[in-house]
Amino acid sequence: MIVVAMAVTIAVLYGAGTYLLLQRNLSRIVLGLAVLGHGANLLLLMAGGRAGRPPIVGLDEPSAVADPLPQALALTAIVITFGVNAFLLALAYRSWLLNRSDEVEDDVEDRRIAAAVARFARSEEAREKRERMEAEAQEPAE
Amino acid sequence: MTISPLVPIVLPLAAAAISLGLGRFTRLRRVVGITALTATLAVSVALLMATRDGALVVVEVGGWESPLGITLVVDLFSAIMLTVSSTMLLAVLLYATGSPRTNDTELFFHPVYMVLAAGVSACFTTGDLFNLFVAFEVTLVASYVLITLGGSRAQVRHGTTYVVISLLASTLFITAVGLVYAATGSVNMADLAVRLPEIDPGLRSALGLLFLVVFGIKAAIFPLFFWLPDSYPTAAAPITAIFAGLLTKVGVYAIIRSQTLLFGSDESSSLLLVVASLTMAVGVLGAIAQNDVKRILSFHIVSQIGYMIFGLGLFTTAGLAATVFYVVHHIVVKTTLFLVGGLIEERAGTGELRRLGGLQHSSPFIAALFLIPALSLAGVPPMSGFVAKLSLVQSGLAAGANVTVAVSLAVSILTLFSMTKIWAGAFWGAPIDPVPESAGQNDPETGLSALMVGSTAVLVAAGLAFVVFATPLYDLGQTAAAVMADSTKYIEAVLGA
Repeated sequence: MIVVAMAVTIAVLYGAGTYLLLQRNLSRIVLGLAVLGHGANLLLLMAGGRAGRPPIVGLDEPSAVADPLPQALALTAIVITFGVNAFLLALAYRSWLLNRSDEVEDDVEDRRIAAAVARFARSEEAREKRERMEAEAQEPAE
Repeated sequence: MTISPLVPIVLPLAAAAISLGLGRFTRLRRVVGITALTATLAVSVALLMATRDGALVVVEVGGWESPLGITLVVDLFSAIMLTVSSTMLLAVLLYATGSPRTNDTELFFHPVYMVLAAGVSACFTTGDLFNLFVAFEVTLVASYVLITLGGSRAQVRHGTTYVVISLLASTLFITAVGLVYAATGSVNMADLAVRLPEIDPGLRSALGLLFLVVFGIKAAIFPLFFWLPDSYPTAAAPITAIFAGLLTKVGVYAIIRSQTLLFGSDESSSLLLVVASLTMAVGVLGAIAQNDVKRILSFHIVSQIGYMIFGLGLFTTAGLAATVFYVVHHIVVKTTLFLVGGLIEERAGTGELRRLGGLQHSSPFIAALFLIPALSLAGVPPMSGFVAKLSLVQSGLAAGANVTVAVSLAVSILTLFSMTKIWAGAFWGAPIDPVPESAGQNDPETGLSALMVGSTAVLVAAGLAFVVFATPLYDLGQTAAAVMADSTKYIEAVLGA
């Protein structure tokens, strides 16, 4: 039962994290990454199998003890995620100081290509129009 | 006496701590950094000597036996990568100390740069998937700081993209490690090499694909490369140079290691070949469309990654050997080109092609420094790029991957085309030439310091030396490939016979 509950929790965390990551506000992206990180840490913990007694040598039978390795891995991962998230928050704050806006801006390259396509379409249109007008102007002469 | 693979990790970390303690004594910090990296280079060369005949150096940290403890493994490929990376780190640090634009007087530059060096060494020596994750994080955290060091608007903006993408990749990495542990009960790579073939082949392919995506984001393969050309050019020239030379190659190293040891199969071979062709083609087409020296070079990183994946995707010893040679050649040439790009910026005040011109008259030495690695990148004989591409093409034809070979040859021509674009834009034509404002220590004529030009020239010379010593180097690559292709050796060395 607890395994199903954990699986659902992990799925919800991954889902919510991914949704937040796709937003345009930098603060939501940061939150999304934090939530995703929690999901990943829970997954690591669950990878160790069933729960058990504290893994201290000599206290219990080895068969009754929880697998200590995923706990160690999860701890390391938590520390790393924490540090990097703090850095990202600082970066987001800096970005807000510079731009006074929390929105992630459009990609410059993307804009440039879109503008170039629009320009090309306009010039094509203008050329067609000109050709049509020239053709019309020549018709009465014939 | 055996040399511990721990040294290349611990030395730069210790230097980082000392450097942090030295505060504002920039000159002392430079001495500490350069000494530490020189020592790291010496240790790497010693490791290279120890593994040259195909032996492996294994260390169990803290005395815990593998697969329980933390294992560091150095085979010939790791040793080659360590040697090349510490050479690059040293050369770029020398360049950075001479460059007024690098902010090497900033409080955090030296410590963070040392942490980056430690992280890169850790990536190349680890024998454990979770420690690979930790090593990646150490490298990445250092790179986050370096890429946003100036705190300017463009840096924050593109730095944010970079951090978010890398963080997402890291989360996927933890996920993949967790799933592997759930499936096999181990994260030790040698142990996994034994256990993974025993699990359901479908599950194994899925895990392999997940790792390919994770490492693919770091290595910037198609279609996961989009963050690279945006974020790299905003940093200072030496920082971009070291990122271009090493960071993506850490991803490539991880792909090679995981594919040869853990997840290699016929399916992944054909997938890798398709990905390689697309990466080569898309990268070079992107480069052609650009008008800035650093942006053109950034797209070329993507294109070149395709060549490395191509050699790996063949899954033959010859292909792998070609990849090893290609990676080494690429690291040297690419770092050099970015450093020359930095020289151009320093000299002319900009990297935009339409505001540059006539540099071959005003700075013929820079022109020469650019020309050699540029021709090498395109694969013009007799440069090192030619040797690397020739061996790739030969092993590709031998393995029957004719389409990918054709793509790689076409991409070479396009590479040459975009190099001529930089040449025509920056070096030909009438000089546009106000000498930029520059720091007092530099040559008033050109704005360049002897350290910058000197370290770049040494790297160019190293690239040329590859041609002279092509045969022994290629033999070395062949041995490295043979060691990797035979995974039983790796397993025996780590787990004991």
